Amino acid sequence: MAKLPPYLSTPERLWHYGFRVLCALIFFFLIFPLVVVVPLSFNAVPFFTFTKEMLALDPAGYSLKWYENFFSNLNWQGAVRNSVIIAFFATLLSTTLGTLAALGLSRPNMPAKTLVMSLLISPMIVPLIISAAGMFFFYSRIGLQGTHLGVILAHAALGTPFVVITVTATLVGFDNSLIRASASLGASPTTTFFKVIVPLILPGVISGALFAFITSFDEVVVVLFVGSFRQRTIPWQMFSGIREHISPTILAVATILVIVSVALLVAVELLRRRGERLRGIQET
Amino acid sequence: MNEVGKVTWDLVDAVASDAMRLCDEGLALPINADKDLAPAPDGTPASKDFGDLLVSECFIPQIVYSTTFGYRTDKVKSKPTSVCDVFDLEKVPGKRSLEKKPINNFEWALLCDGVAPDKIYDVMGAKGGVERALKKLGTIKDQVIWWTKGAQTPQLLADGEVVMGSTYNGRLFSVIEEEKQPIGMLWDWQVFDLDGWIIPKGTKNLDAVKKFVRFATDTQRLADQAKFISYGPARKSSAPMVGKHAKLGIDMKPHMPTDPKNAKNTLLFNYEFWADHQDDFTERFEAWLAK
Amino acid sequence: MAGATQQNGDVLVTADGTPLRISLARALRRQKIRALFLVAPLFLFIVITFFVPIVDMLFRSVENSIVSEVLPKSTKLLVEWDANGNALPPEAVFAAMVEDIREGRKNRTITRVGQRLNYETPGMSSLFRSSGRKVKRIKSGPYKSALLKANKKWGDIETWKLIKQFSTNYTSGYFLAAVDAKKKPDGEIVRVDEDARIYIELFKRTLKLSIIITMMTLILGFPIAYLMAILPTRTSNLLLIFVLLPFWTSLLVRTTAWIALLQQQGVINEFLVFAGIVHTDSRPQMIHNQFGSIVAMTHILLPFMVLPLFSVMKTIPKSYVRAAVSLGAHPWLAFWKVYFPNTVPGIGAGAILVFILAIGYYITPELVGGTEGTFISNRIAYHISGSLNWGLGAALGVILLGIVIALYLLYDKIVGIDNMKLG
Repeated sequence: MAKLPPYLSTPERLWHYGFRVLCALIFFFLIFPLVVVVPLSFNAVPFFTFTKEMLALDPAGYSLKWYENFFSNLNWQGAVRNSVIIAFFATLLSTTLGTLAALGLSRPNMPAKTLVMSLLISPMIVPLIISAAGMFFFYSRIGLQGTHLGVILAHAALGTPFVVITVTATLVGFDNSLIRASASLGASPTTTFFKVIVPLILPGVISGALFAFITSFDEVVVVLFVGSFRQRTIPWQMFSGIREHISPTILAVATILVIVSVALLVAVELLRRRGERLRGIQET
Repeated sequence: MNEVGKVTWDLVDAVASDAMRLCDEGLALPINADKDLAPAPDGTPASKDFGDLLVSECFIPQIVYSTTFGYRTDKVKSKPTSVCDVFDLEKVPGKRSLEKKPINNFEWALLCDGVAPDKIYDVMGAKGGVERALKKLGTIKDQVIWWTKGAQTPQLLADGEVVMGSTYNGRLFSVIEEEKQPIGMLWDWQVFDLDGWIIPKGTKNLDAVKKFVRFATDTQRLADQAKFISYGPARKSSAPMVGKHAKLGIDMKPHMPTDPKNAKNTLLFNYEFWADHQDDFTERFEAWLAK
Repeated sequence: MAGATQQNGDVLVTADGTPLRISLARALRRQKIRALFLVAPLFLFIVITFFVPIVDMLFRSVENSIVSEVLPKSTKLLVEWDANGNALPPEAVFAAMVEDIREGRKNRTITRVGQRLNYETPGMSSLFRSSGRKVKRIKSGPYKSALLKANKKWGDIETWKLIKQFSTNYTSGYFLAAVDAKKKPDGEIVRVDEDARIYIELFKRTLKLSIIITMMTLILGFPIAYLMAILPTRTSNLLLIFVLLPFWTSLLVRTTAWIALLQQQGVINEFLVFAGIVHTDSRPQMIHNQFGSIVAMTHILLPFMVLPLFSVMKTIPKSYVRAAVSLGAHPWLAFWKVYFPNTVPGIGAGAILVFILAIGYYITPELVGGTEGTFISNRIAYHISGSLNWGLGAALGVILLGIVIALYLLYDKIVGIDNMKLG
């Protein structure tokens, strides 16, 4: 931390440190709940608290049985498989459609741009319970309720706003003269697209795809309504687990998910930096 | 979920009231008890063996269960003996868990407010009945944690979050006998209900489903289910065959809700009454909760 | 422009001789079509998978054809009947009703009418159910006395008024119920009994909790966003991870964590008891109430406040405050008069975003809110999957959606939807 200028008065110094302590507490509030589930998931007894043995670092207080339960339980394994399948296809769909739309929206001549944009982003804004209820009725009527396809379509719809937003943001600094340059050098539009546009917007597309992936991977309300037991995902299983029988297996799953999110966070951060470098935006 | 036009299941586990409604609405398949279900080993036809428990033509009863109270033997000031101790904060201080709906709670509240057991539904349905029940519940409202899933009360009891709470008797059996928690049963004025199978209309595997149901609800199978949890088999012929718990080896008969020692004071869930009043009373109950 | 064209008379033309104006317009139109062509697949996709279902559901809030569909003959005759008179409908209506019930019993639709009318007046469910069972015994007229024998409620004029009132194809009944009101058979709109009012209270509570949560995220988010904005990039990027990690972590993981922390035997209570701050018998109740909802949701939504605040604060030049201080302003005054006003767009963006998300929350209040910490969404979910009163669930949904759309438009006005940023 930077050294304080020597001319500060005592109250100013106090404020300087006091403010940092306050901020530290807020950061603690943000991160502590995520950290606390990790040791609790190794609890030897089926409770959500630190036992005396745990605090004394007695090995008998710790156990891997909740992880074992997670990896051997067919319900959880099915949930992992469903989560991955559904999130993968939903991401594929929303990334493709979202990227194309973002390219269209970023063209200077797109008519009714704001209106279209606000309609495309609305799945992010409409309360999930309303989307879920509407999809439940409608998808049931057309036979999509209780199918993987139904859940994939629903999740793709929820994920596209993120792709549209991130890819549009990438295109803000896009230099249209690059396309003209490419064309003037004899490249076909397809070549221009794959050789010029794609490499430039790729970081935005990937980070949008990650957002779409996590949206689907995390989503529970729509799965509860549009899916059935056969489409149970990890959050579905967690939700019913918390409501029915709250065992530390849920904490083991939570720990695994925290690790997954750390990995995703790192990936997005690296992509963002790469994207900024590519577009020549200086880090401020 | 046929109501929105789609059959996801081949066979559905339902409580009697849901089965009756689904049957009335044509969403469940009527069955012919004597033809579709196995007779008792001595040849008694299934319709006789199940008797009154065939409450709907679509319903294939499996078990008799009850909603009743469990309490923490180590945390209560004095051991509760009557369901009215739930409303007695002096005798049993501490939090209690009740189901977040009017059913059962209204019955117990009126009973403990001095209404004769056979007059409960007359009083509840008459003007001022709901107010009376809510007023009685109001005396303990700030000490109640409301549950929505059967596993919550056992969990709350095991965690020490409540000193007593209502739930299904089998869940209490598991937490007492299998998980060895210091919890006791209060059988007083337990409310009986039935659980069983219904076959949704439109199932594609009807033959296989019928074959399975015939097997799963025969005398031996229903008696066998009592090896795992303390729910009473729905067939009369199964009762004498109830034996010991599969893992614990303890005799299951004294844990059955229908055991004479446990069934001194009982209520039977009144389907007709609640079919009429559930929507209205639930709204008023929720409004009361929100205040 | 002049370089590519030549002066030809008084219009500009391109090389092939087309007037420039037309040629440009054509090119522009082509570009517009190309842009639309790119957007179209997603647009269609969203319309089919998202808009149509929502609009379809919204119709359920006014749709009411069940009564006239199942009881076609009697409702048709009831049109002629004067509901304000004091006489029961004529024998012909009773005869038609017997026929309708018999038909409805055969199609297994009769109990649904009972269910529908039971939302309005308790007792209708059993009336139709029991009449459905007994109607096969009615062989011949007079049908009036036969129906009255089956169930004496048929002799109550209010029953008939109710059927007549709800035999229209569309109803305002669900919307009225959603604001704790009902329409009497004579058309007068009244509030429901005091002890049955719940939805207005629930909407108020949803708004109140959402405002509190928004305020809390602002109070907690402002200092850390400010700190990150004044620190060097390297340090602030590191701190940003503390904000982004919860943002990327599953909602259910965070909710589970708060259950582990807040419950009676949870980490915080155990600590308080261990530290001797509270006695083990008087542990504070921190979950299954409003406190639980507020704490967990503040934590979950905090990143949505910090990120827009931070991105605005990053762009405020530090020289502004330095200039103010060098001109003699107290640092506090400089902050308040110079820095703070510059952060208002960030506050607006963050606050509306958090508020929009909070008002429609379902999962977290369901798991940690108990009875007093639940939101209107929980009630909607209950009506869709619990009570199966879909019309009322839809009506509540329409009202909630209306509030959210209004806020969304406000957000668009303040921030601009195209300026929305993530991460």
